Amino acid sequence: MDITVTGLEKRYGENRVLTGFTAIFPAGETTCIMGPSGCGKTTLLNIMMGLDFADGGEVRGVPRLMSAVFQEDRLLEGFNAESNIRFVCGKKTYREEIAEHLERIGLAGEHDKPVRNFSGGMRRRVAVVRAVLAKSEILFLDEPFKGLDEKTKLLTMQYVRDNIAGRTVIIVTHSLDEAQAFGGRLINMPVRNETGSRGAGS
Amino acid sequence: MKSKRRLEQAAAVLIALAVWQAAAAIVDRPALLVTPAVVFMKLISICSSPDFLRTAAFSFVRIASGFLLALAAGCALAALAGSFRLVEVLFRPFIQTIKSVPVASFIILCLIVIGSEGLSVLIAFLIVLPIVYTNVLQGIKSTDRKLLEMAKVFRAGLPKKIKYIYLPQLEPHIVSASSVSVGLAWKAGIAGEVIGIPDGSIGEKLYEAKVYLSTAELFAWTVVIILLSIGFEKLFSFILKRLYALTGRSQRWISQ
Repeated sequence: MDITVTGLEKRYGENRVLTGFTAIFPAGETTCIMGPSGCGKTTLLNIMMGLDFADGGEVRGVPRLMSAVFQEDRLLEGFNAESNIRFVCGKKTYREEIAEHLERIGLAGEHDKPVRNFSGGMRRRVAVVRAVLAKSEILFLDEPFKGLDEKTKLLTMQYVRDNIAGRTVIIVTHSLDEAQAFGGRLINMPVRNETGSRGAGS
Repeated sequence: MKSKRRLEQAAAVLIALAVWQAAAAIVDRPALLVTPAVVFMKLISICSSPDFLRTAAFSFVRIASGFLLALAAGCALAALAGSFRLVEVLFRPFIQTIKSVPVASFIILCLIVIGSEGLSVLIAFLIVLPIVYTNVLQGIKSTDRKLLEMAKVFRAGLPKKIKYIYLPQLEPHIVSASSVSVGLAWKAGIAGEVIGIPDGSIGEKLYEAKVYLSTAELFAWTVVIILLSIGFEKLFSFILKRLYALTGRSQRWISQ
């Protein structure tokens, strides 16, 4: 079932973040959302994930099983990489499977190390593996490759592409290259305060 | 570094004992101030008496029980108040009252209601409860909202949230609340026993020391109370650390 967003409105005080945003996110496909900072991309994701309320409009068809890479890594600081991933996985996800996924993303042998000692790029990749391995029908990826060097970014993008088949994926990015690498639909969100910020599928 | 600190502490204790010895020599009235040596001898005599362990255990068990009950109740009530704002509002006057009412009023009220036998349990409980409640509630309120949102998106259940998010973030608040309240529990518990005079308690021994003007015995029992209080605090802190370590270990165990 496609996800339909109709006439979404959101304001924080006098600040109008979303003004009548409308878009369709086809089920099982990847949609990239681009737009300048502050145009409401993260707010849109938060509303779709149920973390924020819209002042108007509606969102329909968001699957129950979700996973996400947030703008911040949101890792459990006191635990190791494996435990962070296990937090969102069922017990049937084996240690070897987690270690293998970490290895594929360039974190071989790091599964039992505490994430508080990881660099920003390593933490980001743990957050990506966590989102990919969680049982989900939709992935919300908010700037998932932020802070990664070019080589690691390409490796991580390849890893994500290899593991999202059949799932609905919504990626927020500032990079046209990233959006093109994932193919699918592209929504360019206009600058805030323009009347009727309407997502245009292309 | 650690041995240097220990050396400093030992030196500080020795200096304090020397000051005490000098003060006792200057005052020169054993009924007012006894020397450390006399207190030490009295302490040995008390500790070797046949009913010492029974007396110490009587007060220890009751005050420790009051403390642990308050810790459990304080955490449970704080969890409720942290989850429902209305509950927090409803609890506020009760907690405020318990905080403000003088210990002596509680002691006399408890004596009338439950008698002297379980008095120190209730007094320790009432002293510790608001401290634990306030600290843990503050910890719950300051729990990282972004982690809770992450848990919500990934549909993590309450047990996982408690184990991975709440317990690690509450650790400093629980440690701080317990280290502050252990000493207070002992002070208030013993005060209750001195007023209620339950048979076979440390409070009764202190009361007898006062009646017979036995300053040496008063000091010796006070030393016993301090040692029991410090011992309990160390034991509790050790158990708490082990429990947290166990959470980490079980985590690794799940991973295997």
